[in-house]
Amino acid sequence: MALLEIKNLSVHFGAPESPMIAVDGLDLTVEPGEVLGIVGESGSGKSVTSLALMGLIDAPGRVSADVLKFDGRDLLRMPIRERRAMLGRDIAMIFQDPGTTLNPCFTVEDHLVETLAVHEGGSRRALRARALELLQQVEIPDPLRRLGAYPHQLSGGMSQRVMIALAIACNPRLLIADEPTTALDVTVQAQVLDLLLRLHRDRGMGLMLITHDLGVIAETAQRVVVMYAGQVMEIGTVPEIFISPQHPYTAALMSALPENNVGRERLQTIAGVVPGAYDRPRGCLLAPRCKYAQSRCQTERPSLDHAAHGEVRCFFPLEANVTQDRAATASESNV
Amino acid sequence: MNTTTSPSHVVESEEFLLTTSPSPMAELWRDFRRNKGAVLGLALVLIFIFLAIFANLVAPHSPIEQYRDAILTPPSWEEGGTLNYLLGTDSVGRDMLSRLIFGTRLSLSIGLISVSLSLSIGIVLGLIAAFTGGKVETAIMRLMDVLLALPSLLLAVAVIAILGPGLANAMYAIAVVRLPGFVRLTRATAISELSKDYVIASRIAGAGMLRLMFITVLPNCLAPLIVQATLGFSTAILDAAALGFLGLGAQPPTPEWGSMLAGALEFIQRAWWVVSLPGVAIMLAVLAFNLMGDGLRDALDPKLKR
Amino acid sequence: MSGERGMEPARYERLMAQYGLDRPLPVQYVDYVFNAAQGNLGQSIVTQESVLTEFLDRFPATFELSTCAILFALCLGIPAGIIAALKRNSPVDYTVMSVSLAGYSMPIFWWALLLILFFSVHLGWTPVSGRIAIEYDPARVTGLMLIDSLLSGEEGAFASAVSHLILPTIALGTIPLATLARMTRSAMLEVLGEDYVRAARARGLSPLRVVGKHALRNALIPVVTVIGLQVGTLLAGAILTETIFSWPGIGKWMVEAIHRRDYPVVQGGILLSATLVIFVNLIVDVLYGVINPRIRHTR
Repeated sequence: MALLEIKNLSVHFGAPESPMIAVDGLDLTVEPGEVLGIVGESGSGKSVTSLALMGLIDAPGRVSADVLKFDGRDLLRMPIRERRAMLGRDIAMIFQDPGTTLNPCFTVEDHLVETLAVHEGGSRRALRARALELLQQVEIPDPLRRLGAYPHQLSGGMSQRVMIALAIACNPRLLIADEPTTALDVTVQAQVLDLLLRLHRDRGMGLMLITHDLGVIAETAQRVVVMYAGQVMEIGTVPEIFISPQHPYTAALMSALPENNVGRERLQTIAGVVPGAYDRPRGCLLAPRCKYAQSRCQTERPSLDHAAHGEVRCFFPLEANVTQDRAATASESNV
Repeated sequence: MNTTTSPSHVVESEEFLLTTSPSPMAELWRDFRRNKGAVLGLALVLIFIFLAIFANLVAPHSPIEQYRDAILTPPSWEEGGTLNYLLGTDSVGRDMLSRLIFGTRLSLSIGLISVSLSLSIGIVLGLIAAFTGGKVETAIMRLMDVLLALPSLLLAVAVIAILGPGLANAMYAIAVVRLPGFVRLTRATAISELSKDYVIASRIAGAGMLRLMFITVLPNCLAPLIVQATLGFSTAILDAAALGFLGLGAQPPTPEWGSMLAGALEFIQRAWWVVSLPGVAIMLAVLAFNLMGDGLRDALDPKLKR
Repeated sequence: MSGERGMEPARYERLMAQYGLDRPLPVQYVDYVFNAAQGNLGQSIVTQESVLTEFLDRFPATFELSTCAILFALCLGIPAGIIAALKRNSPVDYTVMSVSLAGYSMPIFWWALLLILFFSVHLGWTPVSGRIAIEYDPARVTGLMLIDSLLSGEEGAFASAVSHLILPTIALGTIPLATLARMTRSAMLEVLGEDYVRAARARGLSPLRVVGKHALRNALIPVVTVIGLQVGTLLAGAILTETIFSWPGIGKWMVEAIHRRDYPVVQGGILLSATLVIFVNLIVDVLYGVINPRIRHTR
């Protein structure tokens, strides 16, 4: 059974007559102990998806889904208290900017002890010992001294380690990491990522890694979900997606990677921008930016279907010829 | 932009398409109008200004004439009231309505004079502090800190203690109380303007100190000052009324709202109108300027929003 | 004395010498400052009492009233601000904001009169003036009537002290209440949008804990500064409130002194009040460091 199962998840903001659609009929699953990568441009609905399944979308926003199950339990039909109790205990989350996600008025110890006390309880002394242990697990040097530190006294990498310690405090089975390394220095990024992967392996927890960095995905994930404008464009295993992307959008993302542009003067980019709140195309959402778009793409919206491998939302999935195509363009521009 | 958009979006993009951008005043009015409270405030202010200017024509009676045969007449809708004295009469038989209308004139003039005084002195001192720096600046700003250390009404009372009670002195006292706010605001905005390129350009072009102060820099500091001045009106009216109430401001028989309340405690058992009506007038006036000031602040500079 | 005319030259000379008025102004000033620094603020012309003694006699009454007023403002203003922020743009929010704007625009001497008109005259619930009914005369121990009346052990004394305190407290506390409600609301709105609030929710903390601990703790930082600034408002308001309710504190004392032209009292009273305001703001600055870790550790 899947650890997390989402079917037809939608998140709307604003007035019901003219909603702003942030997530549009999203389906995905996370298997126990799996690393699932979610990639997409800014505004593609990655973060909103994670907030929606945490139940953190507030009043003007509306969340609906056919299925939203964690470990077989229906999150949507569960009493609010019960669902809240799962947060931090069964599902934990770390955010993009560690500098602002720790409360500036409380020490590292306050944060850890509070989370442990709410979910597990115990004497202050036992909780403190657990907190110290957690700091050691996230490889914070001089953990005893750091317990008493305030967030502003910690570097970005250190703060993110504390956030990770908070997230794994109650041994969650699913960890959602929303751009966990984006705000960090490049040198620290690799360390934090390694730490996350090690914890994932040691504890066998599912990891949902949201990022716009394909390199990170390539190194860490087993499966990838490619999102665009609130919809899933393609799902597949890492090798499949990277070697033979079937969706034109995925292919375009791959060809925009710096590694695939060695020797070129300019990076290949995708022309245009993600459709905004009020100008979503009637047909395929990518159609205005897709170089393979045909007239059917302008009028009809494709659904997410099984393809040669994985699932693709495209009327005309690409065959495994993109690599040659790419090689051809590369030699062209080298002339 | 796409054509299949929501109605609200269409309006927005049309406004955006107006290439001949509206004049600054029109733009200000457009932003101001969105705030219903501010429009209400402006309407009230206009009514008060009208009453103040045309008090002689609007008021049915003289504000100081005592109708000895009609002492403590209740308002017209109460038992024993007459239409002759719409809002009743006070303890010596003066018409409440007329006194309130003439009180408008007085309160607005107090506001106008004291705010203009502290605004103009404040601008000059603030600009001097910003332009000279060094010891002069320190001297001016420390003096303002001393004034700020005293609670507003207490400072006004202190000034009155020196100058003696009276309407004119009350205005000076209120002007002194408001002064530090204007000086600090002028200095702060002027200093931030001074570092901008247009000032440096003007300086390089050989503009003299006075020209730099009043023609180059000052106009760009006006927005927050206007807001502060409008809000200053309300506190000036409030403080003047408080001084009047304490017997330190306007002296009888001047129809000032605050001093009308001074002896009112005596009549609290039998004449509620003597006690409550002047307060309603004060509150409406203060509310009007507060609403208008808040609206102006939001319209002039969203960044000033707290 | 000031009313006498055609005074004998000899008496005039003697009085001038007695008050030190025959010396040059700078000398008088230095002398005053020097004495003031030693706690000698001269004596009242009317009562011949030392100004400092008179001040200290009356200060507890003002302190008691101001403390109750600020507590009243805190107990109502902070929750009102929080609720308004949580229910942003709801009828509750609009009500809180309108009431607070009205409170902010209200002349407090008039508000006090209205309170008397309604609660004392119309309903007859509360007394109109003074600190306690005349039949009680608790021995002065702390100068705070609430405590002294309790200590006196007389039946009904404490209740009488409380009933005398209610209306002045409301009258004096209304402006701080309005200010605090507005300030708390805006601080809370700002904090509720912060990442750490969302992160706290993501850790499964209850709304009560998220709002009451994580958000409130941060929102209180600017609010504490505002509380400090209210001390000035309270002292200014005390002048009016004490005059209306015949509350024997320093506000009433100073207004009377001005009317009697008792200048040593006016001078000393203003000096002491200003000192008090500066002192309280100093405490607030220290407190600010205590509740804001970012200040405490970076300096």
